[in-house]
Amino acid sequence: MNIASHYSYWATIFLAIGGLYIVIARGNLVKKLIGLAIFQTSVYLLYIAPGKLIGGTAPIVAEQFQVYSNPLPHVLILTAIVVGVATLALGLALVVRIREAYGSIEEDEILTQDRDRAN
Amino acid sequence: MTSHLPILQVVVPLIAAPLMVLLRHGGAAWLLAVGVSWTSLVVALALLAEVSGGGLISYALGNWPPPWGIEYRVDAVNAYLALIVSVIAAVVAVYMRRSVEAEVPRERHYLFYTMYALCLAGLLGISVTGDAFNLFVFLEISSLSTYVLIALGRDRRALMAGYQYLIMGTIGATFFVIGVGLLYLETGTLNLADMAARLPRVTDTRPVLAALAFITVGISLKLALFPLHLWLPNAYAYAPSAVTAFLAATATKVSVYVLLRFYYSVFGGSTVFEALPMAEILLVFSLAAMFIASTVAVFQNDVKRMFAYSSVAQIGYITLGVSLASATGLTAGLVHVFNHALTKGALFLLLGGIALRIGAVRFEAIGGIGRAMPFTSFGIVLGGLSLIGVPATVGFVSKWYLVLAALERGAWWIAFAVVTSSLLAVVYVWRFVEVAYFREPDARVSALREAPASMLVPAWLLIAACVYFGLDTGITVGGAGAAAMELLRGAR
Amino acid sequence: MRDYLVLRVIAKLMIAFMLVFALYVQFHGDFGPGGGFQAGVIAAAAIIFYAIIYGLPAARTVVPDWLAETMVAAGVLLYASVGVAGILLGGNYLDYFVLHADPVEGQHRGIFWVEVGVFITVAGVMLKIFYLFAGRPGEEEEGK
Repeated sequence: MNIASHYSYWATIFLAIGGLYIVIARGNLVKKLIGLAIFQTSVYLLYIAPGKLIGGTAPIVAEQFQVYSNPLPHVLILTAIVVGVATLALGLALVVRIREAYGSIEEDEILTQDRDRAN
Repeated sequence: MTSHLPILQVVVPLIAAPLMVLLRHGGAAWLLAVGVSWTSLVVALALLAEVSGGGLISYALGNWPPPWGIEYRVDAVNAYLALIVSVIAAVVAVYMRRSVEAEVPRERHYLFYTMYALCLAGLLGISVTGDAFNLFVFLEISSLSTYVLIALGRDRRALMAGYQYLIMGTIGATFFVIGVGLLYLETGTLNLADMAARLPRVTDTRPVLAALAFITVGISLKLALFPLHLWLPNAYAYAPSAVTAFLAATATKVSVYVLLRFYYSVFGGSTVFEALPMAEILLVFSLAAMFIASTVAVFQNDVKRMFAYSSVAQIGYITLGVSLASATGLTAGLVHVFNHALTKGALFLLLGGIALRIGAVRFEAIGGIGRAMPFTSFGIVLGGLSLIGVPATVGFVSKWYLVLAALERGAWWIAFAVVTSSLLAVVYVWRFVEVAYFREPDARVSALREAPASMLVPAWLLIAACVYFGLDTGITVGGAGAAAMELLRGAR
Repeated sequence: MRDYLVLRVIAKLMIAFMLVFALYVQFHGDFGPGGGFQAGVIAAAAIIFYAIIYGLPAARTVVPDWLAETMVAAGVLLYASVGVAGILLGGNYLDYFVLHADPVEGQHRGIFWVEVGVFITVAGVMLKIFYLFAGRPGEEEEGK
C-alpha cells in the first residue's frame, strides 16, 4: 500500500478541489454550474471506488465465489447522480431566466446592474 | 393505520405533489395544499402523543429489518421537530391563497403549490428518517424545491438569490454526503442507530474526524451559521412573502436538528464536545452571528432584509445553546428553535400583508403605516418584542434558559453577551416602531386598507401563540426538555 | 436540419432502435446495468433527436406539452401507489413481499412497477426540460 495505489482517492481530491475552485474563481454563471457538477462527480468516485473489493466479483450469489463487490454504493450514487442532474437542470433554468432579466450571465455585471438600480 | 404514522407523515405531501401537477388549477391545488398541511399536523400530533414519555417508534420501510433496510425512527426529538414544521405549514398554507395570487403569475400557481408540497415532504422526511443517505435525499428534495420557490419572487433579484442559494446549498449538501460517505466507509452501515453502535470502535481514526468536519460545514451552510449565511438575506428578502415565512420558520431549524442528531446520537456528545474544541468553535461563531448580524440589520433599508439578518442573529442564539453542551443549554437551543419559528413565521406573514398592499416593504414607503394598518403594525411590534426577549413573550423564555445555561457553566460573560445583543435587537425593532407610528403617512399610505382576513388571521394566530407560549411554557419547554434528554441519553 | 438528407435517413433508422434499446435497458435492469432512470433518459434522447432533426413543432405533435407534464406526475404517482398498495395489502410502505403469494415473485413485481414509474417520470422530465429550454424565444437566431 503506497501512495500510487490510492490513485482513485487522488482523483477524488483533484476533482473536488478543482470543482470548488471553479465555483469560487469564475464569475460566469454557467461555469459555476460546471464547477459544481465536477465537484459532485468527485463524490460519486469517493463512494464507488472503495465499493470494488480486490478480487471481488459481481454481486450475484454463486458457489465458486466467496468475495463479492459491494452493490450498495452503486445504488446510492445512482440516487446522487439523479440529484445532481436535477440540480444542474434547475441551475441552468435559473441562468436562462437571469439572462432574460439582466441581459448577461456574468456575475459582476449583474451585481453592477443591481447596485446601479438601487442607487 | 396508526402503525404507519411515520411514513404517512412523509407520503401524504409527497403524493399530493404530482396530484397538484395533474390538477393544473391554482385554486384546487391550494385546497389540496391546505388539506395536506392540516393532515401532516394531525399526524405530527399523533406521533408526539405516541412518543411522549420516552417512547420510540421504529418503522421498517419495505419490511426490510433495520440495519439492512431504511428505517424511520421517531423519538421525542423527531416528533418535536415534525410538530414545529407541520404547525408552521398548517398556518402558512391558509395564508398562501391571497399572497400567492398577488405575487406569482397565475399560470404558475399550481406549480407553486406543487413545490410547496414537495418542500413540506422533504422537511418532514428529514425529521422522521433514521437513515443517513435517506436524510441526504430528503435534504436535497426540500432544498431543490426551496430554490424554485425563492426564484418565483416578483423582483428579478429573486432569480439571482435563488441561484446563489442553489450554489451554496448544493455545496453544503455535497459536503454532507461526503461526510456520510466517509462514515459509511468506516462503519459499513447507513442506519443512524447502527452507526452509533459501530462508531466507538473507530472514533479516533482520521476518516471519522474528517466526516465530522465535513458534516459540520455542510450542515452549517444549510443552517446559515455565520459566516456561511451569505445566501440568507437575499433569499428571504426577494422570495414571495409566504415562502419567506415558511422557510424562515422551518428550513434552518430542521438543519439544526440534523446537526444535533449527528453530534449526539451518532458521534456521541463526548467525542464532539470534549475531545474536540467544537463547543468553542460554535461559541465563537454564535457570538459573531449574534452581534454582527444584529448590527448589520440596523442599517438595512428593506424591512424584510432587516428581519432576515435578524434571523441570522437568532440562529446564533440557537447554536449558542448547542455550544453550551449541557442539558440546560440543549434545552435552551431547542426551545429557541420552536420560539423563533413562531416569531419569525408571524413577522414575515405580517410583512407579507404589507407587501400585498404596497409592493416592496421599504422603510421610506411605509411611513405612518401604524394608523393605516393597525393590526398588522401592532403584530409586528409584538413580534419585535419577542425578538428582543421582553418578558411575556416566547423570546424571553429562550433567552432565560440561555442565560441559565451560561450561568450554570459559570460563564458570566456569555450571559452578558446574550443581554447586550438583545439591546441591538431593540435598535432595529425601534426603527420599525418609529417609522410606523411616529411619521406622518403620505397620501398613498393613508389610503391603505388592512390586510385581508385570510392573511391576518393566520399571522395573528402565530403572534398570539408567541404571547401564550411566553406565559405558559409547559408544552414548549417540556417538549424541548424531553428532546434534550433523549439526545443526551444517546450520548457517550 | 430537415434538409440534410444523410442526417434525416440516419435519424429515421436510429430513432426506432433507440426506443427499442430504451425498453431493453428498462426490462433488463434486474439482470444487468440499467433500470428506470437510464431507460427514461434514452427514450427522451430518442424524442429529442427527432426534435433536433425535424424541428420542435414536429416533436410537439408526437409528444405534446401536456403529455410530457402528465408523464412527470403519473410516474411519481405510480411509484407512490406501489408503496400504498403495500400498506393496503397488510405490509409496510413499499413492502414488495406482500404483493404476491410468493414473496420472491412479489419482489419482482414491485421492482417492475416501480421501475416503470421511474421510466415514465424521467422520460417526461427530460423531454419537458428540452421543450422548455429549446422553446424559449432566442434573440440572435434568424430562423436557422
